[in-house]
Amino acid sequence: MALGLHKSEVKNPLLRWVDERLPVITMIQKEYGTFPTPRNFNYFWNFGALAMINLMIMIATGIFLAMHYQPNTLMAFDSVERIMRDVNYGWLIRYVHMNGASMFFIVVYIHIFRGLYYGSYKAPRELLWMLGVTIFLLMMATAFMGYVLPWGQMSLWGAVVITNLFSAFPVVGDFIVTLLWGGFSVDNPTLTRFFALHYLMPFMIVGVVFLHVAALHITGSNNPLGVEPKGPQDTIPFHPYYTIKDTVGIVVYLMVFAALVFFSPNYLGHPDNYIPANPLSTPAHIVPEWYFLPYYAILRAVPDKLGGVILMFSSILVWFAVPWLDSSKVRSMNFRPVARIFFLLWCISFGVLMYCGGKPAEEPFVTISRIATAYYFAYFLVVLPLLGRFERPMPLPESISRAVLGIKAMGGGPLPAGAAAKPMEKA
Amino acid sequence: MADMATQPSAPPAGAPQATKRDFLALSATAFAAVGVGAIVWPFISSMNPARDVLAMASTEVDLTPIATGMAVTVMWRGKPVFVRNRTAEEIATARAVPVSELRDPQTDQSRVQRDNWLVMVGVCTHLGCVPLGQRPTDVRGDYSGWFCPCHGSHYDGSGRIRKGPAPTNLAVPQYTFLTPTQIRIG
Repeated sequence: MALGLHKSEVKNPLLRWVDERLPVITMIQKEYGTFPTPRNFNYFWNFGALAMINLMIMIATGIFLAMHYQPNTLMAFDSVERIMRDVNYGWLIRYVHMNGASMFFIVVYIHIFRGLYYGSYKAPRELLWMLGVTIFLLMMATAFMGYVLPWGQMSLWGAVVITNLFSAFPVVGDFIVTLLWGGFSVDNPTLTRFFALHYLMPFMIVGVVFLHVAALHITGSNNPLGVEPKGPQDTIPFHPYYTIKDTVGIVVYLMVFAALVFFSPNYLGHPDNYIPANPLSTPAHIVPEWYFLPYYAILRAVPDKLGGVILMFSSILVWFAVPWLDSSKVRSMNFRPVARIFFLLWCISFGVLMYCGGKPAEEPFVTISRIATAYYFAYFLVVLPLLGRFERPMPLPESISRAVLGIKAMGGGPLPAGAAAKPMEKA
Repeated sequence: MADMATQPSAPPAGAPQATKRDFLALSATAFAAVGVGAIVWPFISSMNPARDVLAMASTEVDLTPIATGMAVTVMWRGKPVFVRNRTAEEIATARAVPVSELRDPQTDQSRVQRDNWLVMVGVCTHLGCVPLGQRPTDVRGDYSGWFCPCHGSHYDGSGRIRKGPAPTNLAVPQYTFLTPTQIRIG
């Protein structure tokens, strides 16, 4: 690209002046206006945009909560109660933030499900997928540290258990744990640094999200058929078609979110976290937040400390390798009848683990967790690598437009005027 | 939106007709504006004083230990309040000043509830420093009242601005005498 002013097509002289020097308007128009997008998205393709909205909601509410929160063990619990009772609309902002974490995980789990089912991780989107897994790991760390901040019983004991996980590692374990704590137990230094990191990490997420979206705009989106667009007849411009489709999804998402916030704001929380932290008394039954339960179940399924920790971390890290573990060339499981069954079983194993993670560590839940854990890993390490060699996929459609426009378009002649016309250019 | 709307229904050339699409665009924008306002308001409101802050918004002062000619400074809403038990001479001097001479014309009578008790917010009306003059050893300025060391504003014995950059007199807070020897500020 030659140096000099950008050749802007913006009409407004002031905006044009800016665009010639910093072509952000051209970029937005290219990436979100005319951006060619497969014409056959279903509503599963809303969840990336929803996750983005959710991240912004979390940052906005979080910044305002931080104006009132005190990261000190003597004041943290009371400052949260003050937010709930005395700060104007503090109850609303906190409940939105608190339930926003749950909504974020719901949205992101559906987003990940979409990726796994439709094979969105396959070439050329491997790095896009791995950036997504990185975002998920950052989200988990952020959510965990955020849950510690109210300094209730679950905050403290959750922090104790999770930080102690690192003590399982030989040689460096104790060093890492002391480093996390800043002392000899989870105490004031821990709370203060968790607050600092909890504030920092969302902005790291923003950075990785930017890379995630940038990578997406290089490869283009996958689609429910898993067949790459072959030409303009297979795509439509992002705006207005998918801006409006995302808007529909956002409205539904906000309705669910609002129902949670206004009618049962504590449904997904744990009542013990409204008891101030007491380092001398562990609650009878410690559970993490619902979105961590599957990994917690995996941890407890293993009768060995180090083994459990390794398996728990591996349950997410294995996602990084999925693009290379899956040997099938066919992306969408719509055309993989056998893979579909194995994937459904994997989803069930995930659900079972989530259920068992919330139950006490006793029979029959331990055995059930072990079976589910075994299948969770077998799906990635055995089923996906082998199935591509043995499964006979259903025939793939020739192109997106052929598949979605139906038989009429199969003749090879001119497509029906309305359907095949060049997508309306958006000014 | 506008040019999209004019494309299908543009037979009468010239001035663009108001179309159904224009109506939809305008009403959708209006609703969006209301929605944005409804979302933004709780956030802005949360930055206003919280209820526990408002609950701490009044201060009671016992006047018995303040001898004639002495002054105390109390905290009220995070700011200093000057309470001065003025001498008869100070009162007379303050009342002798012609009101027309003042930058912010106020009689001494309008600034006090009982002649000897002068109660004022001790914050210079220029840029918020605390003027000197409460302690007997302080510099009290050219008018024997208060002197702000930051930018040199001189206040007289009634707390009225006489010289320097401050635009108005030292503010008199709302206060009531609960008993002859006790006041509540706020």
